[in-house]
Amino acid sequence: MKILVCISNVPDTTTKIRFAEGNASVDVTGIQWVINPWDELSLTRALELKDDAASGVKSVTVVHVGPAAAEPTIRKALAIGADDAIRVNADSSDAYFVAAQIAEVVRKEQFDLIMCGIESSDYNGSLVGGMISEFLGIPSVSAVSGIKIENGQPVMSREIDGGKEVVTVPVPAVAIVQKGIAKEPRIAAMRGIMMARTKPVKLVEPIAVEPLTQVTVFEKPAPRAACKYIDAENPSQLIDLLQNEAKVI
Amino acid sequence: MSVLVYTENWDGKFKKLSFELVSYATGVAKMIGASVTAVSIGRVEETELKKLGNYGAAKIITVNNDGLNVLDNQAYASVISEAALKEHATIIIISNNNSGKAIAPRLSVRLKAGVGSGVSRLPISLNPFTVYKRTYSGNAFAHLVIKSDVKILTLAQNSFDLAETPGNTCTIENLSVAVDGSVIKTSVRDVQKQTGKILLTDADVVVSGGRGMKSPDNWGPLTELASLLGAATACSRPVSDEGWRPHEEHTGQTGKIIAPNLYIAVGISGATQHLAGISSSKYIVAINTDKDAPIFEAAQYGIVGDAMKILPKLVEAVKDLKK
Repeated sequence: MKILVCISNVPDTTTKIRFAEGNASVDVTGIQWVINPWDELSLTRALELKDDAASGVKSVTVVHVGPAAAEPTIRKALAIGADDAIRVNADSSDAYFVAAQIAEVVRKEQFDLIMCGIESSDYNGSLVGGMISEFLGIPSVSAVSGIKIENGQPVMSREIDGGKEVVTVPVPAVAIVQKGIAKEPRIAAMRGIMMARTKPVKLVEPIAVEPLTQVTVFEKPAPRAACKYIDAENPSQLIDLLQNEAKVI
Repeated sequence: MSVLVYTENWDGKFKKLSFELVSYATGVAKMIGASVTAVSIGRVEETELKKLGNYGAAKIITVNNDGLNVLDNQAYASVISEAALKEHATIIIISNNNSGKAIAPRLSVRLKAGVGSGVSRLPISLNPFTVYKRTYSGNAFAHLVIKSDVKILTLAQNSFDLAETPGNTCTIENLSVAVDGSVIKTSVRDVQKQTGKILLTDADVVVSGGRGMKSPDNWGPLTELASLLGAATACSRPVSDEGWRPHEEHTGQTGKIIAPNLYIAVGISGATQHLAGISSSKYIVAINTDKDAPIFEAAQYGIVGDAMKILPKLVEAVKDLKK
């Protein structure tokens, strides 16, 4: 089984977001770029599966759609343990564009399981994984919080409203993963960092796809009103305010 | 021309989320001068279906097919796209919940329709068609232009007020679709459902605990307060990572993103990643020993003090209220 892990390159989650070009784009000055947190967990789980010989996973490849500036993030994925990487050399215009590129990579390279994080922490779209599967006409399972491989087939635990279901689908398939898929992201060891330098990163030119959406302007969230403090000795006053002022209980 | 809204059901029943979706679809339909058609998949009684009419649906398309008892993303997207084409829908509204996230992107590719995910307001402009959407996990909002002829909007839960349409009448129509074993690729091995518990994503009030709760044994007064308020319980990431509380309760960037009317954060410092999951709450209450904790910047009401002393007093105050 060959696994493809899709990774997005995003600002570190503690970044204070500032805008540039008259609020038309995000100011990238000083931003620390990281692997999207869900993709990092997804990669970790893929590597755990590969470590387990019984799973039959032979290789873990990462794919990224983005410019050369994303190379350090790709190298990090290789340092964590991915066998090789593919970078589609294009700006990630929108989810539709990105998914079309990755679907094309899958068509050419034939992967059995494609893993995507449930969303990226920058655009919060929750779209790319599902779109890839529809471009390819293959099954997708979303909200996956656990995955194992049995007889070459992924067995996944997915979250439903108020519970969980364990489901299987035939491969090739897309698993859209979320919290719980791996306990903690795997950290790159020194040996991994050294090895990552020589691992192959295949460069692929994009296919022509017209994006369907475009961000025109960013705004800061509206500031919240100042906090009203209640005396710790008299917390019942809080209940009174919630009932009579905020009217929420 | 119509606005199509997919209204999921839970064991044959709709819930507040379904009516929010129809209210939102009605708002969008008014903007473009169209009517609202709701699509329901699975067995739902006629009296239940008619409830969608109260919020403005003019037509309800119901699809009953035993093959669709399992959520198979591909099959669901195919059914909804069939209904959308039949109704000449130019805008499709879906929830931004688990099943919505599973279906919307597939539908997008099928119909070559751009998606505005997690919207919480009506579109800000029709030409160009522009929606206001949360980005950078709540640290920024974007004006997103959708350029395709057909548009898909996924609505954030608890973000749009219910609006009834008095005097509205609706028709119900059956749509039969061919679904057999070769279409459904997803097979379910096991289902575990929690019953009798308020779902975190549905809850109007949420009481949440962080590391400041100090031990998994201290949750008694927090759950008691939640139960008295009819609230769901939640927790911060360190708490779920430590196994003090189940993963399903983790709210924050990598956990659940929620927007209740009231979020009570107990012993939670309010790291950026936590705020990313709760910043859309209408009211936030912070209880923390550290007066400089960032949670107080996000909160409208705060108490600086020890949760272990304050929680029992809050429990008493809510009990007094109920007397």
